[in-house]
Amino acid sequence: MLRIENLHATVADKPILKGLSLTINAGEIHAIMGPNGAGKSTLSYVLGGRPGYDVAEGSATFEGQDLLEMEPHERAAAGLFLGFQYPVEIPGVSNLQFLRESLNAQRRARGEEPLSGGDFLKVAREKAGLLKLDMDMLKRPVNVGFSGGEKKRNEMVQMGILDPKLAILDETDSGLDIDALRIVGDGINTIMRRPDKAVLLITHYQRLLDYVEPDYVHVLAAGRIVKSGGADLALELEREGYAEIAA
Amino acid sequence: MTITALPSRRDEAWRYSDIEALAAAWPLAPAETIVVPPGGDFRREIVQDAGTIHRIEMSVGKDAAAALHILNVGGSYGRIEIAVTLYEGADFTLGAAQIGGGKQNLEIVTTVIHAEPGATSRQTVRSVLAGTATGTYLGKVAVARGAQRTDSEQDVKAMLLDRSATANAKPELEIFADDVKCAHGCAIGELDGDALFYMQSRGMPPAAAKTILLQAFVAGVFDGAAEEAHLQDLALAKLGELV
Repeated sequence: MLRIENLHATVADKPILKGLSLTINAGEIHAIMGPNGAGKSTLSYVLGGRPGYDVAEGSATFEGQDLLEMEPHERAAAGLFLGFQYPVEIPGVSNLQFLRESLNAQRRARGEEPLSGGDFLKVAREKAGLLKLDMDMLKRPVNVGFSGGEKKRNEMVQMGILDPKLAILDETDSGLDIDALRIVGDGINTIMRRPDKAVLLITHYQRLLDYVEPDYVHVLAAGRIVKSGGADLALELEREGYAEIAA
Repeated sequence: MTITALPSRRDEAWRYSDIEALAAAWPLAPAETIVVPPGGDFRREIVQDAGTIHRIEMSVGKDAAAALHILNVGGSYGRIEIAVTLYEGADFTLGAAQIGGGKQNLEIVTTVIHAEPGATSRQTVRSVLAGTATGTYLGKVAVARGAQRTDSEQDVKAMLLDRSATANAKPELEIFADDVKCAHGCAIGELDGDALFYMQSRGMPPAAAKTILLQAFVAGVFDGAAEEAHLQDLALAKLGELV
């Protein structure tokens, strides 16, 4: 589904990713862990197409298409979802309007009929229920006045509504209390653990992986994947620390 | 009263941004006079879409309320000039949006005189400017001697879609009373890049994302207008041309 080869990326001319390679197949959940400054968020932004994150070398293909040639909204329509570490507040724009416009823009780009207001509300209500987010929160402006946990749950509601093929979740577990962590974990499993979908979890800590068990764990250090393994690698990291493993 | 001589930049009361456009429209037609009687309630929507100079002189009687909602979008020089005199306990609301691109020059010039005690005025102006357009708000609030408990507010914001566009905002306060509140705030900025990327990452093409952000930016000014939805639609159509 996603194939990254020898990816080099710079931010403000500073090299951050230095030859990263990673292949994710449908039905797999991958976790990328690593110390601060390893390039985890840069990887998610490069894959999402954020301006200012420049690819110097290498390639990334998504279902055979050159991901790096696509605009951010084209990547979304192709089935890529980026869960933000810091979801953005948009005053004056309601969550529901934002999501309906987004979903219908994606559908139009794929040559599908836009969803009617009623059909959209049905989907929104279902996904909000799954993430235990009050429907009233969806009527409020996007993320404005939301707590850290509510913002992250809102990201997952968005993921549920947009129904992507590949979700790249950048520190979705940060800012969550124990209950919210379980709700978000259950949400990821329900929405994304399917034979035709895949997830790339980016995280500092092992704790989210208690709820969303990864098939593969990778250690990112200094812009490259230095070690890969199964779910037990995360436990080992938690025990030994990054310094030991990445050395 | 019709002014006979073309004003010049040397005049102390110079309040025009485009002397050539002004000269072409000279002599100006007399201002429209509106008198809101004591206790009255007046509402008016103005859509300036033809590049005209629109002038209003209004007096709002004791305990009366007046609200103007303005969309200033059309022509190479679109100017709306409002002079309001408020009597005791009167209330004046201005909600205005000016949206321009190309070489358009749009301006809203107000004078609000709090002639007697206890009057309130609220002015909210939002400008969206692209290309080399200029949008100006020049707002004078004059509080007369003895007009205690005046409560006035000027809230002015502009969004520049291109670095070549210009926004001017100037509140002028002239206060001869001591128990007054005269708030004024101004901000000029650009669309939030983080919000744009966030919206695009959810599937919205850039133009759609910009339009939604701008729509939210101007939306509040038409609150309370009788034809609020109509004004919103016209504003949205103009925003769609700019992004």
